Amino acid sequence: MAGLGFACLLLALGVCAYGVATSLYGVRSGRLEYVDSGRRSIYALAGVLTVAVLVLEIAFVGDDFAFNTVADTSSRTTPGLYKAAAIWSSQEGSLLVWAWLMSLWSSLALFLTRKHMRDVAAYATAVMLGFGAFFVFLMVAYANPFATTSPAPAEGVGLDPLLRFPAMMIHPPILYSGYTLCTIPLAFGIGALLARRLDADWIRAIRRFAFAAWLFLGAGVMLGALWSYSELGWGGYWGWDAVENAALLPWLTGTAFLHSLMIQEKRGMLKVWNVSLVLATGTLAVMGTFLVRSGILDSIHAFGGHTLGVPFVILIAALIAGSIYLVVSRRSLLRSEHRLDSLLSRESMFLANNIVLVGLCFVILWGTYFPLISEALTGKEASVGPPWFDRYTVPLALVLVALSGVGPVIAWRRATLANARRNFLAPLACALLTLLALLGAGVDGRPLALAMFCCAAFALGSVGQEFFRGARARRAMAGEPAPLALVALVRRNRRRYGGYIVHVGMAVLFVGVAASSSFEHVNELSLSPGQSARVGAYSVRYVRPTATVTPKYDAAHTGSTLSLGAVLDVTRDGRHVATLRPSEGFYSSGEAAQGSVGSLLGGQPVSHVAMDLTVARNVWTAIQPDIETPALKRIVTVGNRTLPPEDGIVAVAYLAREYLKHRPRAEFNLIVSPMVMWIWIGGLIVIGGALIAIWPAPARVRARVGAGARPRTVRGLARV
Amino acid sequence: MAVLVVILTLLVLAAVLAVISAPIRAARARREAAGGAAPAGGDAEEALAARTLEDLEAAREAKYREIRDAELDYRTGKLSREDYGAIDAELRAEAIEILDRLERLKPTDA
Repeated sequence: MAGLGFACLLLALGVCAYGVATSLYGVRSGRLEYVDSGRRSIYALAGVLTVAVLVLEIAFVGDDFAFNTVADTSSRTTPGLYKAAAIWSSQEGSLLVWAWLMSLWSSLALFLTRKHMRDVAAYATAVMLGFGAFFVFLMVAYANPFATTSPAPAEGVGLDPLLRFPAMMIHPPILYSGYTLCTIPLAFGIGALLARRLDADWIRAIRRFAFAAWLFLGAGVMLGALWSYSELGWGGYWGWDAVENAALLPWLTGTAFLHSLMIQEKRGMLKVWNVSLVLATGTLAVMGTFLVRSGILDSIHAFGGHTLGVPFVILIAALIAGSIYLVVSRRSLLRSEHRLDSLLSRESMFLANNIVLVGLCFVILWGTYFPLISEALTGKEASVGPPWFDRYTVPLALVLVALSGVGPVIAWRRATLANARRNFLAPLACALLTLLALLGAGVDGRPLALAMFCCAAFALGSVGQEFFRGARARRAMAGEPAPLALVALVRRNRRRYGGYIVHVGMAVLFVGVAASSSFEHVNELSLSPGQSARVGAYSVRYVRPTATVTPKYDAAHTGSTLSLGAVLDVTRDGRHVATLRPSEGFYSSGEAAQGSVGSLLGGQPVSHVAMDLTVARNVWTAIQPDIETPALKRIVTVGNRTLPPEDGIVAVAYLAREYLKHRPRAEFNLIVSPMVMWIWIGGLIVIGGALIAIWPAPARVRARVGAGARPRTVRGLARV
Repeated sequence: MAVLVVILTLLVLAAVLAVISAPIRAARARREAAGGAAPAGGDAEEALAARTLEDLEAAREAKYREIRDAELDYRTGKLSREDYGAIDAELRAEAIEILDRLERLKPTDA
């Protein structure tokens, strides 16, 4: 069936080429049937790639190790759900999933816009199919997911232990959806420039897709942070890793665009800025994909491999050059229709917000690509670490959170100064009360964290005031009870109030980041069973070691042959708080040269952290047991010498027993961080707010407004 | 297995061809039904009118939203009565201009 999969790739390439040619011919000649045929090429591409994905999924689920991708990333003992998700754990499979998701989202976008902007959509179709052709070409020429080996190996290598985590099952498709959704506004932006149609219509058409891209990218970034915190053994959720940054960059420019597009919708301003943001966001999404796959920068997230770097560089260069050319050559069509009425206006606040967001993007872009720039200029690779990023991003983040509280309080066009002064009272009072409460509670010594708490309180106070006043106004107009008024207010103003909820989520998230990073207590030390250590206000006692052996033939085997850990008793002021069981898993390396026992333990060890998570704080623990003591090493050496491969597990079981008997010291990493859970709660609130903002109004409301609005509104407008 | 792969591939190919050629076949059938008239090269004026209509409808929706937002800003205390009155008048005048342009494009609508 690999032949069917590869045939689908070739067919996909043909469909893309046909669709590009047909769309361009149709729009240039005015023959709509060819424009429609080009649009249907996207649907056909989605169908063909769905078949290809199904072929590969069936191979994974059916343990068909003739497929190289399956043999490299799965095994008979990999649990079923992880097998199904393993398709995107390899370079080849993830390229296929990327192209497939792009074709699905593009199909949806073109279906929803099939009756509008036929000329813009035709050019956009050609761009989308161009992207499709690029990614399919990468698979055909460099990274074929349907490459096979004959005879097929009896067993696969298995899934990377680091990926055996629930969030990692959905993190890639969500992140890829974010990346691929970024290409839709990019395609329509290029289409609008080529068709010279740069008014309100194209912005209206792509707004939801830009929002969806932002939502999926944000969710993908959050899931990655959760994986980092819960699975990697360093105790952090964000390390300014190159691949993490690469996903954040288009999210930042996308955030800027979602705000500034409102200015263009209302005032016909910032057209050059908006189209540039759209093009930049799409290009940054492609650059992010390039970073993960080219191996050009080191990252735990990267697939490695340098073979894909050159095609990506060519694509990115073409995108940048083409974008600049189009914007410059169409600048006469991108002139603003109005000017800023007042500095005291929501437009001004959004402009300030945009400058901060783009500034953040630039700082992170510079820091991420600095190793490449340094190497190109000086011949030596240098890099910047978290302290550098924190130094520049934290102040900008403070300004951003503060602005998220100012914007809701200011009117569009021009705010009345007296009203603005009055409207700031409650939010400022929230900020001041927060500051006094924190200082009174002895929370000091971290001015930036305190500033963030106050800015967040200001933002929350501002949004809370908006909800209160909006519901009060609704009650006055409609006479509804308060809860119903609140619901009706949000339903009738989804964009505004959904956006406010997003602001609340971001404020909560930043509070969690500030608290957990500024006030954490860390203790890295070596303990023997029975010994205790203090971390912050908590005492952690190493009660006893643990050891678990799971042979490969055991149904419970999930990859680790041996797991060594500890039982820890956590107390505070003498009261029991939690019992934690961190461990480290030792995996098969598959290298027969390491010996019958060595090969069972020689794979990359993976830390399985243990934590006690509450809203107020998190106690996080990781262990690094010492498997290199002379006694344990002797077991491995003797086992390698005397045991055949099928009996190596006997020595591993003996090693586990000796570990429990001798109870050696182990290295522990103990961290107590306040309010970590606020980060995840904030993320969920952001997602909820975004869904409210993006959700379409019910059809009957749209029909009622559409059918009756024009005559009624003309009469109503004429009355004034 | 090889035969099955070939059959499945041909089926996928047939489905693709059917999907992408449908609009072209339909257009050809319409032309033949209309007596084999020469293929329309596209009416540039009609296309321009359709584009203008779409742009104006988008502008109209945006303007209605602005009017609602201004009212909400006033009712939530961000605008004084005087400022709201001035802004509302401006917005309604802009909306009337858009509606007038729409009416001129579609003269048969009531």
